[in-house]
Amino acid sequence: MNSLLLLLIGLAMLAGGYLLYSKFLGERVYRLDPAYATPAHQMTDGVDYVPTNKFVLWGHHFTSVAGAAPIVGPAIAVIWGWLPAFLWVTLGTVFFAGMHDLGALWASARNRGQSIGMLSGRYIGPRGRNLFLVVIFLLLLMVIAAFAVVIKDLLISTPSAVIPAWGAILVALVVGQMIYRWRMNLAVTTVLGVTALYALILVGDRFPIELPDPILGVSPATFWIVALFAYAGIASLLPVWVLLQPRDYINGVQLFIGLGVLYGAVLLSAPEIVAPAVNDSVPEGTPGMVPLLFVTIACGAISGFHGMVSSGTSSKQLDSETDARFVGYFGAVGEGLLALGAILAATAGFRTLADWEAVYSAFGQGGVGAFVDGGGAIVNAGLGLPTSLSATILATMAVLFAATTMDTGVRLLRFVVQEAGDVASVKVGKGLATAIVLVVSVGLTFSQGGGGAGGMRIWPLFGTTNQLLASLTLSIVAVILLRKRRNPWPALIPLAFVFVMSFYAAIVQLGDLYDASDWLLLGLDAVIIVAAVWVAVEAVLAMNKARTDPPEAADADLTHAEQSSGS
Amino acid sequence: MTRGAGLRARWRAFSEGLAEFYAGPYRRTFARAKREEDDLFTLVVLAEALGVPDPSAYHSAELVPALYPEFHAWHRRIGLDRSPLEHVGCC
Repeated sequence: MNSLLLLLIGLAMLAGGYLLYSKFLGERVYRLDPAYATPAHQMTDGVDYVPTNKFVLWGHHFTSVAGAAPIVGPAIAVIWGWLPAFLWVTLGTVFFAGMHDLGALWASARNRGQSIGMLSGRYIGPRGRNLFLVVIFLLLLMVIAAFAVVIKDLLISTPSAVIPAWGAILVALVVGQMIYRWRMNLAVTTVLGVTALYALILVGDRFPIELPDPILGVSPATFWIVALFAYAGIASLLPVWVLLQPRDYINGVQLFIGLGVLYGAVLLSAPEIVAPAVNDSVPEGTPGMVPLLFVTIACGAISGFHGMVSSGTSSKQLDSETDARFVGYFGAVGEGLLALGAILAATAGFRTLADWEAVYSAFGQGGVGAFVDGGGAIVNAGLGLPTSLSATILATMAVLFAATTMDTGVRLLRFVVQEAGDVASVKVGKGLATAIVLVVSVGLTFSQGGGGAGGMRIWPLFGTTNQLLASLTLSIVAVILLRKRRNPWPALIPLAFVFVMSFYAAIVQLGDLYDASDWLLLGLDAVIIVAAVWVAVEAVLAMNKARTDPPEAADADLTHAEQSSGS
Repeated sequence: MTRGAGLRARWRAFSEGLAEFYAGPYRRTFARAKREEDDLFTLVVLAEALGVPDPSAYHSAELVPALYPEFHAWHRRIGLDRSPLEHVGCC
């Protein structure tokens, strides 16, 4: 199979999904109404509720949801062959993720821009809300721990990425100063910032940094993980304009450039895919494709995290309700494109099947390293950049994605700890909350030894938790559709599928973790399973009630909005 | 519209979009930080009136009237149900 053909088929499927299925969803299921006054207009406050141009909003939405997960997941999952991963990414994006992200955006926009957590309180009950907090805590913890390990692995396997990855922090610091202190023009600053970042990539490629072993009495792996957590802690405590804001921005710009480079290279070089379509000789110890495929590729197919972004910020900025189709559905398509790029890089970027098999020698071995090496080879063939430079570009791209998600994760988890403190009537300060977050996540990362294996072993749990969150969101959408007496099947079918797969995966993992006497992860997994059963029962009860209760009045959203704002 | 004016309008729209893309995700965080800063400023200016000796009170006293419009919201926000200043009967 030629990668260009696969790319074109993938693009056609995603385009078809956007042009046909999202049109059907928008007109028949969600009935997006251009005359509906969105929360951005109903409650404009210049802070959270601001009507925003749909292209800008799409950019925000897409860069917020695109972390390292759409690269890591598919790059690991191609161990079962490229076909299953390809099908799950394309069909998952079209029928699952698009439906889910658009649905979350619509449900939130129809409810004063409330988050999925608040909506679960209204539509499923207060227990649903508590459950949501537990799930979000675990999810953020896993993201932080897993991404620390992903970055550490990249810094060790691609030493040329060390300078650009850490130098990007310096670039972001300077960009922040240029904009806020020196009041420079943003467009000029952007060009200078991105140029500086690429100059650092050239420098890094010339001077790869390999740490001596041991360094300061610990292994390089331990050193990098500790350094990353120290960075994330400091970044989350600094004022946002100093580091996080310019860093996220430069990263967003780099995301668009990186995607362009990768797709351009595939178009120009069209390498053959060396990996098998379906791998029937998977390495020993590889878990079964069903259900693990469906939780290993979460972002890029369907991801509960998207619902949090859709309902957390994007819904409050929708200018017109009909924009939801572009922002929500096409945002999912953007993520699908990233995942598709990761599949191509990890299957077509090797010279022979033997090379590919050498990398995919065990489950979890391929991953982001395969994306960097394979993608590097494709960019080399397509654009003529030296292989090492191409690999450095892709490694820097992956590190930046993972690092921005990690530091934002530390910040968000700090808020969760502080909120939990409020609930318990204990005042938890910024510093203490950050310290708690760091201790818990460092503990989890090192729970399997100094190499930080604990962070990566929980990756399948991340998928399960994330998918559970997606089913929670879909169940809210289904309840709303049932209440309005609209066709609930576009939500119910993905809901049932995702729920069954994530539950099945969690049970399979429970057995594996018991065999491995891994009590920490066993405990976490048990919490997730209990939460899953809980969601299922609550959601079924809520749907049954929605079905039997009298239908919701056509203007129920508005009436509710007025009642709530009055209370 | 001349070609030059059209280009300028497009450039302006692009710049505005770029600025929006830069600032949008952090609008709420900035608003919160600004409010915290304003609260602290209010506390410093009113220190003398609240009974904390303040050597710079002579200079900051003239700022007090400027704080009145936001005063009620401020004292509610810091957890005082009633106005802590006798001469300001906002509630």
